[in-house]
Amino acid sequence: MGSTGHAIVAEGLRKRYGDTEALAGFDLAVPEGTVCGLLGPNGAGKTTAVRVLTTLLRPDAGRAEVAGFDVVRRPEQARYRIGLVGQHAALDEVLSGRQNLVMFGRLYHLGAARARRRADELLERFGLADTGDKPVERYSGGMRRRLDLAASLILAPPVLFLDEPTTGLDPRGRDEVWQAVTSLVAGGTTVLLTTQYLEEADRLAGTICVMDAGRVIAEGSPEELKSAIGGDQIDLVLRDAGQAGAAAAIAERIAGARAERDQEDRRVCVPVRDRVTALTEMVRALDDAGVQVEDIALRRPTLDEVFLRLTGHRAGASEPAGEVAA
Amino acid sequence: MTITTPAAPAPPRTMASRLRWALADGWTITHRDLSHWARRPAQVIVGLLFPVMVVLMFAYLFGGGMAIPGGGDYREFLMPGMFAMTMVFGVEATFTAVSADIAKGVTDRFRSLSMAPSAVVVGRCAADLLNSVLGLAVMIACGLAVGWRWHEGPGPALAAVGLLLLLRFALLWVGVYLGLVMNNPEAVMAVQILVWPLAFLSNTFASPATMPGWLGAIAEWNPMSATVSATRELFGNPGWGGDSWAAQNAPFLALAWPLLLLVVFFPLSVRRYRTLGR
Repeated sequence: MGSTGHAIVAEGLRKRYGDTEALAGFDLAVPEGTVCGLLGPNGAGKTTAVRVLTTLLRPDAGRAEVAGFDVVRRPEQARYRIGLVGQHAALDEVLSGRQNLVMFGRLYHLGAARARRRADELLERFGLADTGDKPVERYSGGMRRRLDLAASLILAPPVLFLDEPTTGLDPRGRDEVWQAVTSLVAGGTTVLLTTQYLEEADRLAGTICVMDAGRVIAEGSPEELKSAIGGDQIDLVLRDAGQAGAAAAIAERIAGARAERDQEDRRVCVPVRDRVTALTEMVRALDDAGVQVEDIALRRPTLDEVFLRLTGHRAGASEPAGEVAA
Repeated sequence: MTITTPAAPAPPRTMASRLRWALADGWTITHRDLSHWARRPAQVIVGLLFPVMVVLMFAYLFGGGMAIPGGGDYREFLMPGMFAMTMVFGVEATFTAVSADIAKGVTDRFRSLSMAPSAVVVGRCAADLLNSVLGLAVMIACGLAVGWRWHEGPGPALAAVGLLLLLRFALLWVGVYLGLVMNNPEAVMAVQILVWPLAFLSNTFASPATMPGWLGAIAEWNPMSATVSATRELFGNPGWGGDSWAAQNAPFLALAWPLLLLVVFFPLSVRRYRTLGR
């Protein structure tokens, strides 16, 4: 591992495709044994970053080290120490799960007997022992992903890259993958996980790097990111949509921050600093103004809101949301 | 349960051990493709029997209405063209396999492993050639069953088989290149649009002399026509002959065309495979 104690280091990575700059000065440092969630909407450059860090893509500029080896100058050394689970389950669909694992084991030069033994161990560990002899094309989405994970763990690499590991999975399959990842992390593997699901980053990652337009624009623990945008939120649900304007004005005056309004849901939402005082004042002011409130709630902001504040658009939406100030 | 973590073998340092790894990796990939046969025997059998069906169709359905140069036997005339056609259509299988691996990310996984980069294509190549050898053997057996024979002895006959496999080998790299470029297995339709004219715009079924001038010229210069003419000569089967340079020098062209295709498409494929990372 690198002398810095970081399993993954990227400095000023750039990659351009025609007119689009997929990576525009990408910096990252992931300490050994931690999980870093790379969060961003489609097209933010997450996959490009992973492809550079896994030696699949040459950057135009900048440098990157994985497990202490420069990915451009020593790619074959880096490849020994990484596992990659890409966006599609990269498996041979015709072969059985066991045949897939044996094949990848042989490509890691384990030798026939050891490759078979390792395949059996991994099938057992990922709960696929019973289905190991079925062709992969008959696997469910969650099973494929678990097999995909197993295939990336044949050499038990110290650094694992998961590129949107649960995209396209149903909730059950997603749970299966999350459990598998959680148990890996407990074993000390460093994980870089990309996702557009805030829930996923929140659940798996200790550190979240928010990415937009090819750069990391914010970094911190999920809690830090949430506090950074102003702590708690007050949600109001009004009885009458016509009073939304009045309610928003009151909320903004008391909170001293911009309120979000959703006309159709009769909902007004505002970040507040002093939660209890703000809540009491708001109830009184709304009552005085004759605004009828159906529901009022105090809560922590979701990562969706964090994302919106940081980037000006929602996670998953490619167009900016408009007037929201970052 | 306890997991014993396998230690990674040290990467190869000498030329010899690098080569040994490359061969072992190539074999692993070939073995993967051969395992597909065992997993999907029906597909393999259909793939082998389809050209047999085409032979039977031409031999017994259309054969009666065909006049053969020099009054020879139609089936004797037909078979070399059928052999060559089996080789040409192999491009589609190569293309589909290569592009499907890219589309599914299997190629990326291979590239992220510490395996020999050449193995991916070398393994594919070996498996496809084995498949073609088997296909050719089935076609030869089929030819013998419908009355086709070679008349010039085993030496020239083997040379003819060699020319056919050379054509397949050259076209294999066309398939690899197209698969790497288009990386979409659905695009096999586009490949068919390339392959069918190559197969039919030839001297396989009709004499180029009976075609409009420009079309006949294309048919005579078609790489497949060269192989068909040369193998007809080597097997001692009837052919069209012809006065053009291409028709007179078919054996030379049957060597030159595949070599030219190789010189163009082999480096293109290697370069394209490398630039997957750019």
